[in-house]
Amino acid sequence: MNIGKNEIVVELNDVNKWYGEFHVLKNVCLRVQKGEKIVVCGPSGSGKSTMIRCINRLEEHQQGDIIVKGTPLTNDLKNIESVRREVGMVFQHFNLFPHLTVLENCCLAPMWVRKIPRKEAEAAAMKYLERVHIPDQALKYPGQLSGGQQQRVAIARSLCMNPEIMLFDEPTSALDPEMVSEVLDVMIELAKEGMTMLCVTHEMGFARKVADRVIFMDKGQIVEENTPEEFFNNPQSDRGRLFLSQILQH
Amino acid sequence: MPAENSKNQNNVVATRWIYDPKVRGIIFQAVAVACVAWMLFYFISNALHNMETRGIATGFAFLENRASFGIAQTLISYSEDDTYGRAFIIGLLNTLLVSVIGIIFATALGFLVGIARLSKNWLLSRAAAVYIEIFRNIPLLLQIFFWYFCVLRNLPAPRQSMSLGDAFFLNVRGLSIPAPVIESGFSFVVGAFIVAIIAIVVLRKWAKKRQYLTGQIFPVFYSGLGLLIGLPLLTFLFSGMPLHWELPELKGFNFRGGFTIIPELFSLAVALTIFTAASIAEIVRSGILSVSKGQVEAASALGLRGGLTLRFVIIPQAMRVIIPPLTSQFLNLVKNSSLATAVGYPDLVSVFMGSTLNQTGQAVEIIAMTMAVYLTISLVTSALMNMYNAKNALVER
Amino acid sequence: MVVYREQPSLPSPAGQSSVAAWLRKNMFSSWLNSIVSLALLYVLIPQLWSLIHWAFISADWFGDNRDQCVSGGACWVFITNRLNLFIYGFYPESEHWRVNWVYALTALQVAALLYPKTPHKTILTGIFFIVYPFVVFYLLYGGAFGLEVVETHKWGGLMLTLLLGIVGTLAALPIGIVLALGRRSEMPMIRALSVVFIEFWRAVPLITVLFMASVMLPLFLSGEVNMDKLLRAMIGIILFESAYVAEVIRGGLQAIPKGQYEAAKALGLNYWKSMGLIIMPQALKITIPSLVNTFIELFKDTSLVTIIGLFDLLAVAKAGLSDPAWLGYSTEAYAFIALVFWVFCFGMSRYSMYLENLLHTGHKR
Repeated sequence: MNIGKNEIVVELNDVNKWYGEFHVLKNVCLRVQKGEKIVVCGPSGSGKSTMIRCINRLEEHQQGDIIVKGTPLTNDLKNIESVRREVGMVFQHFNLFPHLTVLENCCLAPMWVRKIPRKEAEAAAMKYLERVHIPDQALKYPGQLSGGQQQRVAIARSLCMNPEIMLFDEPTSALDPEMVSEVLDVMIELAKEGMTMLCVTHEMGFARKVADRVIFMDKGQIVEENTPEEFFNNPQSDRGRLFLSQILQH
Repeated sequence: MPAENSKNQNNVVATRWIYDPKVRGIIFQAVAVACVAWMLFYFISNALHNMETRGIATGFAFLENRASFGIAQTLISYSEDDTYGRAFIIGLLNTLLVSVIGIIFATALGFLVGIARLSKNWLLSRAAAVYIEIFRNIPLLLQIFFWYFCVLRNLPAPRQSMSLGDAFFLNVRGLSIPAPVIESGFSFVVGAFIVAIIAIVVLRKWAKKRQYLTGQIFPVFYSGLGLLIGLPLLTFLFSGMPLHWELPELKGFNFRGGFTIIPELFSLAVALTIFTAASIAEIVRSGILSVSKGQVEAASALGLRGGLTLRFVIIPQAMRVIIPPLTSQFLNLVKNSSLATAVGYPDLVSVFMGSTLNQTGQAVEIIAMTMAVYLTISLVTSALMNMYNAKNALVER
Repeated sequence: MVVYREQPSLPSPAGQSSVAAWLRKNMFSSWLNSIVSLALLYVLIPQLWSLIHWAFISADWFGDNRDQCVSGGACWVFITNRLNLFIYGFYPESEHWRVNWVYALTALQVAALLYPKTPHKTILTGIFFIVYPFVVFYLLYGGAFGLEVVETHKWGGLMLTLLLGIVGTLAALPIGIVLALGRRSEMPMIRALSVVFIEFWRAVPLITVLFMASVMLPLFLSGEVNMDKLLRAMIGIILFESAYVAEVIRGGLQAIPKGQYEAAKALGLNYWKSMGLIIMPQALKITIPSLVNTFIELFKDTSLVTIIGLFDLLAVAKAGLSDPAWLGYSTEAYAFIALVFWVFCFGMSRYSMYLENLLHTGHKR
């Protein structure tokens, strides 16, 4: 376990969120160091997706602070934009833009948000597409690709903005089983290169290989935080034990 | 009869021709075509016989005859001595006029209301919803009657017109507005306008290239707008303002000079606009909603701001869904313009299928010509739409 | 390493779900929003108030003649006085009971057929399509069973509008089904004939169709010089409507998964049996909401028959306006007719939305 020598890139302090009257995040506290890989798991409805979506302001929290690389997340649009430039997100349903080619999908944000010249943007995009092992599909449209290929494009698209932190919201849950490993492999390589990653996933094998910390959430709060070996072999909470017994049966 | 597959000597299965689906198909189609042909023959021979017994002329020669009726609004010159053929053209032009006006305003209003319907402001979105639900569920003819008989009939007589300055006069005979009279220097202004358009095209190309090379974004939209308005305007001022307005003046009981928009055209255009805009608003709304929330989230997560997301993600995808039913609505508007007969606006149906038919009695030719016009408009639009769809379909496996 | 204790769910902070919070979120969330909200309130509230004042508060409701309309508001006396005209047209008053029977029976059957849970639907449909038209004809026209004949030129008002709409849609259904099947046929001639027929009727305005039916139809048929005007209009409407119904049904046929066609073939059913037993029942079920929408469109379009001289609801109102005893109340008349149409159309469209939700939960989209 790292003892905070590295810079803290994401900080959640007593974050509370309500959907109407439903208390969906209860006093969530989290500190993520640079280069850390964190896997968030838990039963559905536990608030894990909501928590990471709060980090890039796709959801708003009502109480508490969220600070990303020194910038506090408030209603200030400038802050939100600067946070979104540093944080990349990969969605469960890929959300590629179907009317643009793969290359155009990757170049859109760098050209229009970071104002990078087109040639540079395209070169960088090809570099990232090679990193996710599909440079040959650059001129195809998302509709022509398989699920696994689309998700890898989505990862490349986020990487093209050179984020310091990558958020993954159940990236393999919508994939057919035979395509899950190609996406996980890319994520493992990314982890090895030192990217700070927060990953909501059910893939426990991935967690064991890559995670520095596993965070178990249930009913809106963090119930357990531990190293993968400790959590999987010796869960300390009843709910953690129950959850593991349910998912590790397969 | 030799069987179809008698190559194999051992297993000859004599396919009796009457059970062969291909043969059956051919027989069926032949019978169907024969029935249709017989029906057409029956109708046509009856028609010819009946027309002869009633002394109705046939053929298109009547188009050369003198029309001898007046028309309230003519975009090109017309008098009672002109032919029926010319009256046909006048009616057609009037139909096109009200259709174009209707399409332009209905689209603008429809888009506004559709976007308002999606607004986060509860009042605005409810008001838009009420507008849509009211005007979609009341027949168009009733709306036309309402505007024509209730609103416009109650306007004052020309002598007591409602006026704006000395230029705009609203009364029961119509809306009289100043007409522009173009003087000799105006061609420079037109030239400046064309130059502005060319300049904008060049500017766009240059800005795009610059962005590819250096990444800097040039505000093409605003500078283009400035050019489009500024350049002709400056030329106008510097060439001594070669335009003056002919103001409508009250002479006797009516206004002379300027343009008069007759109440028939006004009520028809307003009713068509409001009615069609309600349907267009629904189309726009469902088009925008069809873009999944995930697309917007992905764009936001990448750092794209609202305007950029709208331009690159939402509008391209929404337009694909909006354009086909939108063209349908345009066609409906053109067809609905035929209701002009009800208030006496001289459109194609009213002038040709109304007055001309009454006078010549040649129903078959006249109705055929009128329907042919609408058919052409409809088929051309469908063909264009199919081309657009084929070109813009999302590429999938 | 670190284990947390369970925390209770707290209620949301004050101002999350109150009226003030709702207002702040929905109407005043930003400067622009606030300005828009205030502008709308400023414009709409006085208009709404004066409308309510005119239509209800200072209006006159009952009476015999225009002298009763003294207060400045709406003169509904005109409407209440002529209500019979609006509902029955020029149908003789002593025979109104016949029209009432038709109204009641039709409403009953339509409600029974459209309500999803009625039993014995097939028998009911058979009765409605085959037996009931004769019943309606004899009730309305007469000439048998001791009923006096009422000529069609006396039919009018709401009764005529409903008749045109319902008969138009129902009679167009079988033709539309045949056309839809024809358009999807693999035989090129059949497909060509269907496409030509459908595209023709969809391209021309209803007015030209009505004119054509009114003026040209007698020419096409031998003998009949004075064919009943209502019948002519009805034929035109049915042909016109059949093209739109065909397109709706074609959409339904396209929505049936290919596997259904294949399964029917695999079971050995020929074309007509597979259509009749497997495909059509499913297609018709899915298309009922769209068919209701088509009916609503036709219901609104029946107002066009005033132009060829039939007295539907709108025409009756307009005719009433030229009565010298009632000059100047066009606004009331049109507002009332608009309300009647609106209630019908809005009600039916809500119903079709309800049906669509109901039917699609059972059918994979």
